[in-house]
Amino acid sequence: MLAALILLAVLGGWQAYAGLSGIDEFLLPSPTDVLNAAWDDRGLLWDNFRVTAEEMGVGLVVSLVLGVGLALLLHRSGALRRGLYPLLIASQTVPIVLVAPLLAAWLGYDLGPKLVIVALVCFFPIVVPTLDALSSTDPGQRKLMAGLGASRWQLLRFVEAPAALPALFTGLRLAVAVAAIAAVLAETAGSESGLGHLMTQSIPQLETARAFAAVVVLSLFSVSLYAALTLAERRVAPWAHPPKGPVL
Amino acid sequence: MPAKGVMPSPTRTPGASVATEEHHAVVLDGVRRVFAVAGGRRLGRATGTAPEPVVALDGVSLSIARGSVVAIVGPSGCGKSTLLDLVCGLQRADAGHVGAVGQAVLMPQGDTLLPWATALDNAALALRVAGTPKAQARERARTELEALGLGRFTDSRPDALSGGMRQRIAVARTLLSGAPTICLDEPFGALDAITRAEAQAWLTGTLAREPRTVLLVTHDTEEAALLADRIVVLSPRPGRVVADLPVGLPHPRRATDPGVVAVRARALDALGAAGRG
Repeated sequence: MLAALILLAVLGGWQAYAGLSGIDEFLLPSPTDVLNAAWDDRGLLWDNFRVTAEEMGVGLVVSLVLGVGLALLLHRSGALRRGLYPLLIASQTVPIVLVAPLLAAWLGYDLGPKLVIVALVCFFPIVVPTLDALSSTDPGQRKLMAGLGASRWQLLRFVEAPAALPALFTGLRLAVAVAAIAAVLAETAGSESGLGHLMTQSIPQLETARAFAAVVVLSLFSVSLYAALTLAERRVAPWAHPPKGPVL
Repeated sequence: MPAKGVMPSPTRTPGASVATEEHHAVVLDGVRRVFAVAGGRRLGRATGTAPEPVVALDGVSLSIARGSVVAIVGPSGCGKSTLLDLVCGLQRADAGHVGAVGQAVLMPQGDTLLPWATALDNAALALRVAGTPKAQARERARTELEALGLGRFTDSRPDALSGGMRQRIAVARTLLSGAPTICLDEPFGALDAITRAEAQAWLTGTLAREPRTVLLVTHDTEEAALLADRIVVLSPRPGRVVADLPVGLPHPRRATDPGVVAVRARALDALGAAGRG
């Protein structure tokens, strides 16, 4: 509700500035220009949206599998944790802007290189909170399980994994927020479709309003994914959250 | 036990030699437990300061009769929880022997219920860990909770339950393990006086229904006098047995019964004498 009011206020101010200052439409399109562009180019936006949505969706699934797998592995073995964690952190300093064109050269212009980049950006925010939660479960609960003679697997199955579930969702929400940027970056480096590709094409064509419309579509998609995750978390991990409350 | 400090190869031997006498469920013989705690300086090794050992228990010998309820009382830090850990096999004695006939299962301090699971699934946990299939474990847990008067809480998660109910579910979970010996660490310590009295009465009834050997750690001499057949008083660290008081009163007991008051007074005296000594 508050978000809607703030959004309206920003849009109102933007519209007024664009109208009153007489600024060129290709420098700063007004919200209504963007809306018109979105309607006129709806077919173009939809086709390119599907490409980017696939990159983000599949990329996030890859990140999830990779992130959870790594978290479990590093949790299982202290040696692996000491050996691999620094490398994982180092992986986040890879300058994506420079690597993306190389990946496109190696792997082609289709889905492959985009998945690599989305996964590279998105697995890290999943690993860190999940790993922390796995290794910081309540000592009393650990003692209880030890007293019942639980195996390592049973400890994971009955205590550690459920305890880490809310943290996994937190990581996923962070990953969703950065997935769009990663996909757009990957597309600008080499691709023939996608919203990122559309944006980079639209600016030199002086179709700035279309580029803005592409940004709006991407934002709406990210916000919807985030909200869907919150709803899913409420179903899967209801103990961690109040039953009602805002989705965003 | 003059030689307790030099006894070789400390062991915990379930059902083995030390607990030979059939009517004993748990036997501790000259048990000593030492923790290595880092010395005064933070970088003990670098500065040459050796870790300073803390003796938690020293020369503790106890034979606990099968089916009896034994309260272990003592000041905080006297090694009461360590003693339960030893009996349940979660720690090893540094000297002496700990023997238990069959499994001894611990109910750790606090309820340690799993917040994501319903009361039913929490109660069924011990069975699940023992390998019972889910449906069967739930069925047995349901029967047990109903028998213990907790049937209407089965579908509630712990955050929806009062403190007293959470503790009862935790006790039910411990009983459902089927272990002949259960070790309860301050089971009602966090409850207010009225809730605690209700929970104590409930536990008395529960143990009458399902007799077990019970080791009950508590700092509350009244709780000990109300629930136990025998009260073992430990000294401040290092914990040693300073008094071993038979209670011998019929159930149900009330805190104001003369017998309960008298036993409680003796336990308090023993605690006081140990504290001064």
